[in-house]
Amino acid sequence: MSQDEIIRAVNIHKSFKGHEVLKGIDLSISRQEVVCIIGPSGSGKSTFLRCLNRITEPDKGEVLFEGKSIMGPDVDIDEVRSHMVMVFQSYNLFLHLTAKKNIMLALEQVRGMGQEEAEARALDALSKVGLEAKADAYPGQLSGGQQQRVAIARAIAMEPKLVMFDEPTSALDPELTYEVLDVMKKLAYGGMTMVVVTHEMGFAKDVADRVVFMDHGVIVEEGDPDKIFTDPQNERTRQFLKRVLKDEPGPPPA
Amino acid sequence: MAMADGWQIIQDNLDAFLAAAGVTVEVAVFGLALGFAGGVLLALSRLSSFKPLSWIATIYIEIIRGTPLLIQIFFIYFGFGAISPLLNFDALTAGILALGLNSAAYQAEIIRGGIESVPKGQMEAARSIGMTRMQAMRHVILPQSFRLMIPAMTNEMVTLIKDTSLVSTITVVELTFVGKQLTSRYLEAVPILGFVALIYFVMTFATSRAMRYLEHKYRIPGYGEDE
Repeated sequence: MSQDEIIRAVNIHKSFKGHEVLKGIDLSISRQEVVCIIGPSGSGKSTFLRCLNRITEPDKGEVLFEGKSIMGPDVDIDEVRSHMVMVFQSYNLFLHLTAKKNIMLALEQVRGMGQEEAEARALDALSKVGLEAKADAYPGQLSGGQQQRVAIARAIAMEPKLVMFDEPTSALDPELTYEVLDVMKKLAYGGMTMVVVTHEMGFAKDVADRVVFMDHGVIVEEGDPDKIFTDPQNERTRQFLKRVLKDEPGPPPA
Repeated sequence: MAMADGWQIIQDNLDAFLAAAGVTVEVAVFGLALGFAGGVLLALSRLSSFKPLSWIATIYIEIIRGTPLLIQIFFIYFGFGAISPLLNFDALTAGILALGLNSAAYQAEIIRGGIESVPKGQMEAARSIGMTRMQAMRHVILPQSFRLMIPAMTNEMVTLIKDTSLVSTITVVELTFVGKQLTSRYLEAVPILGFVALIYFVMTFATSRAMRYLEHKYRIPGYGEDE
């Protein structure tokens, strides 16, 4: 393993009711790397992401976080998860808590911070996503884009070593997608290590250090975004990109 | 004149009525509290991934809900003493115990329903930021589910308040017991039982209003039916 490696998945398998969703995934991610996982629906991208922190338990395989396996029964998985937090497609903000309290809860419960310290940290995280004015708003009073930005603030307030995004903009209207991607870009440029399962090809192209294309439970192809998007080596990658890039707003036809 | 007589009887026995109402309140409050504690335990047991625990809770709930409360009251008052002298309760204790153990089964189902109606993503979000299952339950799931279970809980509370009248059969001197006693003394069923019914109604009405207030107070802004 390289000195820079933060997480490594080895031969991850997962089946649901006899249907094999992941057929042996290997992936290593370095510190400060931004990896985008793309692929058609049902390719296993999200399941793979969820196996990384064992929110979904893999049937077979191993995940190493900072060189140590996180699979055994004597691993404190809660502690591990607090360093590799997740941002969900459906935001999953705690519905009964204000934006600020959403962020404070894990700081107090998991990090053991006092209320004052947690509150200062929460407000700081909210300002990073441009929502300090919404500190006392409940999730139901926020737009989808704002909720997702609070969810990102909740994640980064933990000062995690890795943030996993599970289709963070798929539930959003196009005009709200932009504000979330903007926050994510800033995060990436700030040196955050990120794994992003996404359908936003523009984001992958601009921000990713590496793009991973998954289909039918395997990694078909991975590499530099320029290479993947302009010169994909595999036929399935080509087909997929042709299909999705058709819908992307490109330059106007001459 | 019967009306005047009726009113006179109530006035003459007001202290007895109020004392009896106090006992009814005592039985109801302790019964509900016991039922709540038991209900939380049963609900968490039913939802537990440890199967034997879940089965025991399910069997308990099914037996309680499938048999008459009156039989349960008799069983605890007359039957438990026969099993062990340690379980020889006085009437009031037996009554509270029976109502509490009965209500626990119903409250367990309400609590389970409340917990299960909290979106699944809430638990996932809590767990994936490093909270333990217990922390997630305590700080994320239960606070939301209690809010969701208020309407069903109100129903259960009102039912239990009315069911306290059944403990009159094991000689607990509560409202119904005193009502029956005074009726056989004065042979004036209408005013006496009417007054007894009125007191029950005041209790149940106050309870449902108080619960509605709680529901409003603890509503989650932007979530559910408000604004």
